[in-house]
Amino acid sequence: MRALSALLVGVLFGLGLTVSQMIDPAKIIAFLDVTGAWDPSLLVVMASALAVSFIGYRVALAREKPAFEPSFQLPTRTVIDRPLLVGSAMFGVGWSMSGLCPGPAISGAALGKGEIYVFLIALFAGMLLKDGFARPAAKSA
Amino acid sequence: MEITGFTPVSAAIGGALIGLAAVLLMALNGRIAGVSGIVAGIMAPLRGEGRADLSWRLAFVAGLVLAPLIVSAIRGEIVAVSTPHPLWMMGLGGLLVGYGTRLGSGCTSGHGVCGVARLSKRSFAATAMFMATAIATVFVADQLMGF
Repeated sequence: MRALSALLVGVLFGLGLTVSQMIDPAKIIAFLDVTGAWDPSLLVVMASALAVSFIGYRVALAREKPAFEPSFQLPTRTVIDRPLLVGSAMFGVGWSMSGLCPGPAISGAALGKGEIYVFLIALFAGMLLKDGFARPAAKSA
Repeated sequence: MEITGFTPVSAAIGGALIGLAAVLLMALNGRIAGVSGIVAGIMAPLRGEGRADLSWRLAFVAGLVLAPLIVSAIRGEIVAVSTPHPLWMMGLGGLLVGYGTRLGSGCTSGHGVCGVARLSKRSFAATAMFMATAIATVFVADQLMGF
């Protein structure tokens, strides 16, 4: 049941990215190019998504638990530390170099474009580079 | 500054769908709809972690891939996208996005939408940071490299 709901939610999320054209790298780069020919669409996407999620989260989190899981899993860290800022800075640079962030890149895998597959392979490699491949036990051995 | 290609109606509709998806993943599965975290979680079993969550994470990713195919089928043509920057920037960009989102614990969806909607201070800081460096990078690329 929780996999089925995740599938449907994934479709909904992907439809949002597709309808808003956020899966188009050229449109993202046109948003980031504030001093050139600027396309403010991403700002409207964010504002609309935030309006719905700000209200919706309050309704959802007022319940005792989620429908298909025993509890809500929310981030607990509150400190603005160096890894958060350095990592986000790196992400911003990579985002504007490619015009892709993880969601649109995954959805974009459906479109058969070589450039997007290059990004995706590098994305997985970058994640593994940070998180590591081996089990922690094997690492300490 | 000159405004071009602005599509406010489809942006508002698409944004609402993204927001609704984030709310539903919380209401049904109790999870933050952060794509970088979900994708990285799929690779966690390589390290012997997160096996129990593999199925819903894979299902969510399958849904993301399915969506443009549904839109393409309805429209009768494949959704058009273009990648204006050269291939090396797609590769280097992917590496930076992969490493950076893990180090920074999130991306546009997890921090920019879910975290800001929860009024998380960390997500406000992360979103301000990645927006600033992204805008600065495009500016530098424009000025120095003529993209």
